[in-house]
Amino acid sequence: MTLRLKTFGIAALLAGSLHAFPAFAETTLNVVMQAPLRTLDPILSTAQIVRTHGFMVFETLLGMDAKYNPQPQMADYTVSADKMTYTFTLRDGLKWHDGTPVKAEDCVASIKRWAANDGAGRTMMTYVASVEATSDKQLVIKLAKPFGQVLELLAKPSPVPPFMMPKRLAETPAGQQVTEMIGSGPFKFVADQYRPGDQAVYVKNSDYNPRPEPMSWTAGGKVVNVDKVVWKAMPDMQTSINALQSGDVDLIEQVTIDLLPLLTANDEIKTGAINALGSQVTGRFNHRLPPFDNPKVRQAAMYALDQDQLMQTAIGDSQYYKLCASVYGCDVPLASDAGSEYLKGSAKERLAKAKELLKASGYDGTPVLMMQPTDLTILSTQPIVAAERLREAGFKVDVAAMDWATLQSRKNSTQPVAQGGWNMLFTYWGVSGIWNPTVHALLDGSGSDTAWSGWPRSARVEELRSAYLTAPTLDEQKKIAKEIQQIAYDEGFYFNAGEFQSVAAWRANLKNLQPGPLTLFWGVSK
Amino acid sequence: MASYFLRRLLMAIPVMFFVALFVFLLLRLTPGDPAQAIAGDQATPAQLAAIRENLGLDKPLTSQFVAWIGAMAGGDFGHSLISQRPVLEMIGQRIGPTLALAVMAMIFTVVISLPLGVLAAWRHGGLVDRFVMALSVVGFSVPIFVIGYVLIAVFAVDLKWFPVQGYKPLSEGFGPFLHRILLPGLALSSFYIALVSRMTRASMLEVLREDYVRTARAKGLGERVVLFRHALRNAAIPILTVVGTGFAMMISGVVVTETVFNIPGLGRLVVDGVLARDYPLIQAIILLTAGTYVLINLLIDLSYALSDPRIRYQ
Repeated sequence: MTLRLKTFGIAALLAGSLHAFPAFAETTLNVVMQAPLRTLDPILSTAQIVRTHGFMVFETLLGMDAKYNPQPQMADYTVSADKMTYTFTLRDGLKWHDGTPVKAEDCVASIKRWAANDGAGRTMMTYVASVEATSDKQLVIKLAKPFGQVLELLAKPSPVPPFMMPKRLAETPAGQQVTEMIGSGPFKFVADQYRPGDQAVYVKNSDYNPRPEPMSWTAGGKVVNVDKVVWKAMPDMQTSINALQSGDVDLIEQVTIDLLPLLTANDEIKTGAINALGSQVTGRFNHRLPPFDNPKVRQAAMYALDQDQLMQTAIGDSQYYKLCASVYGCDVPLASDAGSEYLKGSAKERLAKAKELLKASGYDGTPVLMMQPTDLTILSTQPIVAAERLREAGFKVDVAAMDWATLQSRKNSTQPVAQGGWNMLFTYWGVSGIWNPTVHALLDGSGSDTAWSGWPRSARVEELRSAYLTAPTLDEQKKIAKEIQQIAYDEGFYFNAGEFQSVAAWRANLKNLQPGPLTLFWGVSK
Repeated sequence: MASYFLRRLLMAIPVMFFVALFVFLLLRLTPGDPAQAIAGDQATPAQLAAIRENLGLDKPLTSQFVAWIGAMAGGDFGHSLISQRPVLEMIGQRIGPTLALAVMAMIFTVVISLPLGVLAAWRHGGLVDRFVMALSVVGFSVPIFVIGYVLIAVFAVDLKWFPVQGYKPLSEGFGPFLHRILLPGLALSSFYIALVSRMTRASMLEVLREDYVRTARAKGLGERVVLFRHALRNAAIPILTVVGTGFAMMISGVVVTETVFNIPGLGRLVVDGVLARDYPLIQAIILLTAGTYVLINLLIDLSYALSDPRIRYQ
């Protein structure tokens, strides 16, 4: 009996010790993302959350560093003296998450799929003669005519980065989603723990071999210091904040500004910007329908609106927003003050000028239908303030409240307002998606049905956008970008309503959160 | 009884068909575009058209409806337009938390509201009655999300007795499961406690005036036996009806509780589906909910016979 008791006691102690000292302490980063992840294909979707998901699982041939320069990532590259041939050599040891090696033919298929879906990619392909794999490790892009943006586009972090995927996935027909998440990136997607719209789980890719250079945005070594990252969707911000305070989550990607005081008083919580680039709010006019088919009416509307008022309404705290004329973002290499005359003056002075211009424009009282998305906090207030300012200037304005999904669908309508059309809407764009004329969808001056909603038409802007693609130096690019910006203001492409910074909040035990053009999960440790 | 049960099940088929038709048409008439939800805000018209074609959304409504009904007849509820996953798999992932929440709330409802209602009726017009009625007014009037936030503030944030959010399935142990489901269960049950305690009180008051209750008391039976064996059993039919339909309402109306306590249940799934215009997903969940209502109503009808032997179904 004594022996039995002893044996039992030892066994119990061993069992207890196994519980007390786990053999492996897994580090999990629990994160509340700014939006639910409902789809997975980062080539088919332009949504920010899908792009961030893409950078977890997939890689790009080139990365973009903090100085906006393309740098080698999956591949090193050489450019021929005449700048017509680009040769990419895959770095050693690259493997897909299913264990097969990354081959150049996979990258060729991936580039073709990306170019078929991305606007800038499509433009690039009109300059390209061929994209071919010359060996398992080498691919070559040959240009048919000079094009200065090959490296920039292959490195672009937004809106649709050229992610590489296995050939069998990259050959998925246009319009069909890739749902099997096999990339070569620093994290592996855990398919059986994915709950669309609620939870996505990523584990460290133990086969991943980071580049030796220090990380800088999406370039350099992607060193993963956590075992698992769990993205959670929490539709209620108060719940997210409660969860952060209690330690249930480690990071909230975007906190509503008016709830920040709940967190700043807590020593265990830190707040700040981890997305190095802000977002620009834009008030888009429909150029095809009266009254905004008249450039003078658009100018009057631009004077009626006021950046500071609109930012105050949406963001409130001035430390989280910037006012600038640049349509490419306030702090990017192409930023300039072209067109700033349309933004100067006090709200009162601007209103007086708006009234004067509207009178001179011959405005006949056609009502403006302003779409207001009620379920998107950041965009729900601007239409109300803008409508009031336009009314004060002499416009007739109807505000149509709707959910974001309805607005997104209705904005594509080219019909008259009575048949489901629209006159004005507000939206916002991450600066990483507008920082040059090639990627900036609102600067498309073709007026064609394939352009982003609003359809402005300017032959000069189209000429300049083409010239930008072949401009050999940054100075020349800046000059062209500045002229495009000036025309965008003169022609009233849209109203630049200011730039805001999203603010994240995280537990103080998180270290080395890296700033980037999007939230990055390499480098960070817990 | 069996033939009655079968007849009722057969009668459910046309009901479900009309629900399916109504939901299908309603969703298609609602503005919005699943292709836009997939491709995002910056997608071009050509991309959107390619996605619509791939999803079959460019086909006439009649052929879309016939294809959907035909597939469902074969047990295939289709795939989500947005995530491309089988709809039943998505529902399967989410139904557990919702059922757990509804069951927990129902347990709270029955355990708290029945004694409260009986007590209030027994002490009709007294302090206890007034207290129970005041409590039920609060339960009716204060929104569930407010009750949820108050419970979180007191029991999770201040006292730290419970976690502030999240869900653990039973497979991870009964303790962790109960730890996470108690507060949301209590919050969700607040409205139903108010409803059922009022209903119990009203029903009991009616029965307590009956001759057989007076007779029972005259026989010298104790109050507990009179109340719970003679009165409550005779007052049970309206209470059962409210409890049964309340359970169905819980399953279809848990979205606020799920949001406040971050529980990944069906309520949040359907809201997400609506926001993304995920037609097959919404259709399947609404059909499932309608089916639940039909089934629960049938079970309520059958339970009448158990509580009142005079009721017989042919």
